Amino acid sequence: MNQSPILDVQNLTVHYGGAPAPSVQDVSFQLGRERLGIVGESGSGKSTVGRALMRLLPSARVTADRMQFEDVDLLGASERKMLAVRGARMSMILQDPKFSLNPIRRCGDQVAEAYRTHVRASKAEARAKAIAMLDAVQIREPERVYDLYPHEVSGGMGQRIMIAMMLLTSPDLVIADEPTSALDVTVRLQVLKILDDLVREQGIGLIMISHDLNLVRNFCDRVLIMYAGRVVEALNAADLDKAQHPYTRGLLAAQPRIGGSRQPLPVLARDPSWTQPQGAAL
Amino acid sequence: MDQSQSLSSQTGRTRPQWMQASLNIVTYLARKPTSAFGLVVLALLILVALTAPILAPHSPYAQDLQNTLQPPSMGHLFGTDELGRDIFSRLVYGARITLTIIFLVTIVVGPIGLFVGTVAGYFGGRVDMILMRITDIFLSFPSLILSLAFVAALGPSLNNAIIAISLTAWPPIARLARAETMTFRSADYIAAARLQGASPARIIWRSIVPMCLPSVLIRLTLNMATVILTAAGLGFLGLGAQPPMPEWGAMIATGRRYMIDSWWLVTFPGLAILCVSLAFNLLGDGLRDALDPKQMNRR
Amino acid sequence: MKPVVIQDMTIRFGGTTVLNDVSLSVASGECFGLVGESGSGKSTILRCASMLYKGWTGDVLIGGQSVRSMDPMERCRVLQMVFQDPYGSLHPRHSVRTVLAEPLRIHGIGEQEARMRQALIDVGLPVEFLDRYPHQLSGGQRQRVAIARALILEPDVLFLDEPTSALDVSVQAEILNLLQRLRDEKGFTYLMVSHDLAVIDHMCDRFAVMKTGDIVEVLPRDAILDGTAKAPYAQELIGASLTYEQAAM
Repeated sequence: MNQSPILDVQNLTVHYGGAPAPSVQDVSFQLGRERLGIVGESGSGKSTVGRALMRLLPSARVTADRMQFEDVDLLGASERKMLAVRGARMSMILQDPKFSLNPIRRCGDQVAEAYRTHVRASKAEARAKAIAMLDAVQIREPERVYDLYPHEVSGGMGQRIMIAMMLLTSPDLVIADEPTSALDVTVRLQVLKILDDLVREQGIGLIMISHDLNLVRNFCDRVLIMYAGRVVEALNAADLDKAQHPYTRGLLAAQPRIGGSRQPLPVLARDPSWTQPQGAAL
Repeated sequence: MDQSQSLSSQTGRTRPQWMQASLNIVTYLARKPTSAFGLVVLALLILVALTAPILAPHSPYAQDLQNTLQPPSMGHLFGTDELGRDIFSRLVYGARITLTIIFLVTIVVGPIGLFVGTVAGYFGGRVDMILMRITDIFLSFPSLILSLAFVAALGPSLNNAIIAISLTAWPPIARLARAETMTFRSADYIAAARLQGASPARIIWRSIVPMCLPSVLIRLTLNMATVILTAAGLGFLGLGAQPPMPEWGAMIATGRRYMIDSWWLVTFPGLAILCVSLAFNLLGDGLRDALDPKQMNRR
Repeated sequence: MKPVVIQDMTIRFGGTTVLNDVSLSVASGECFGLVGESGSGKSTILRCASMLYKGWTGDVLIGGQSVRSMDPMERCRVLQMVFQDPYGSLHPRHSVRTVLAEPLRIHGIGEQEARMRQALIDVGLPVEFLDRYPHQLSGGQRQRVAIARALILEPDVLFLDEPTSALDVSVQAEILNLLQRLRDEKGFTYLMVSHDLAVIDHMCDRFAVMKTGDIVEVLPRDAILDGTAKAPYAQELIGASLTYEQAAM
């Protein structure tokens, strides 16, 4: 992890038009070829960070001291440049495959087309490539699944197809926004495992956005904890239990655990000082 | 003091919610030039109808056979017709008739359409089948032809024209209300209401109708233009308001014979119809934006 | 207060069998969980048993009385439900007051104001919230209102359909605590659907594992850590949940 970072973000601030306060404030982080988790509750701005990186927020005011993705300055890049970057070198996996796949087109064709958009290839090549990728995400009988429509596949299968589509162009950065919250526990693990293996094999930088502490604990190297638009704590995933910030500790404690005592769960007491910049809180 | 003030301001904010909401809608409409035009024309129409006796310089029925077919002048602002009646005064009184038509059609069509649509949508199955096939029958005739048939059967008069127009105007409303109802029917709050023992009538009235109302209102407003035109058409064909009533469509019909020499006979009633139906169209467009559920949170 | 017995519940939608001869019994005052993957029919059980779905066969007895033969009004006063999505279960144009007053009006219960206030106090909301509208409330507050609505008819049995799965962890903790407190205070019988085994473990005494319309196995709470589950799918589900949570370490 000594090579230069894939992504370098300094003081990212996102302000939606009409909102009284910025949704994201002074978020800074660097990402190498590693897996970074961003956790927080709804409204903490975690998804906004992902969207800002993909430049998918046309109506919001996005400012930063620095937002560098390899050789691309994400702040200054033209929309044309972004079209070439988005989907090819950085891609995004969204929560529910039901809404991300076009319902009237065959799954395989959508994967193949995503490939052909960015790589010059014949239809047959793209098809072969798509089937190979469906195979890589451990879909049995990829030829058969290639010809299915999205409503004919299960949620877990749909999400694997999305992963196939997103990783087909060998991106350097993948942003996964709640990739498995719509899936059942048993399927969730399989999908995460597949994503994890591919990300590690290909040396892809992964940003995993989630509300689920267990997920980031198991599948990330580092974790940023966001509260009200700010990063309140950054730690290694393995050290999550040693978190210092009262918010992180509160979140961990509020989670019911299998085999835990059945005493009332500790309720998070929110402290207004958490919304202040880090220095003031310490 | 401070406390009571904040308390009253709070109740003032929460209590008459519908009043605050409608105020917000009007301000929203007034801010956009197109819908503001609609709003102004509608307000003008109501004002003119209310103050007709003051505004009109002559009686709309007073004939003056010495002064027939006079072009617009200071004495007769819009000229006179073939019986020497003042066209301006007739237009002013005609506003009353137009408003009556709009008002009566609205209070007949809105409830019928809402009732048929929500009942069909909520119950589904056979009830839906029967009600919607009836609606289809009404929808499959051109509205003017259907109203013609009704008026022909009931005899020509303004009231019968209103009934005929209403009978042809409710099916689109019913279809709309049904489609809306189907999207709400499976919502959890409807399930919760059923679990509380609410009867279907209560659920439709208290839970579903308020949800359908905005789109029905928009549709009614947009339909008003058609209603006015149909009324004018019926009047033109001699099947609506009967002479000597100053209905705008009927005025054009009688003026038609003198149209070549006396343009003012048809132009001014025509302009009035154009303005009012345009106003309703623009107002409906504005309402559609103002009542957009996505903007609900701002209110 | 009242036990719930489900006997041979079967329902088909079109050609597919959604529930296949499901039987289970919940002791009075017990919290019974239903877990399983999405589409396994766990929510359907609740909707059938509360007569929201009609075309099913079998029977449900609450306190020994069949829900089919119960007078609909009486059924409402025995059984209430809390829904998954607090954004969809409150009418967007009804104030909290309307939401709570409706059931009282339907059942002709007096002292409305006092009862509504008590219901809000029971769920830990300030009484001033009576005049708020759903869009002025947070997700957790909405779910509290939904629980207050279920409480106001003083039922014996509460059906909980994923009551916290749409909420944040910290809010989930508050709602789970509230549900537990209410059960201690009022002795409700809970039938609770969840996809989260940790929530089931925290709340329930026993639970049923469901798959494609069948109950695979009924297990006591301890079976999660004991490893006494016999059915392969139950083992898989428990195993996955434990791995996911890393409770084993």
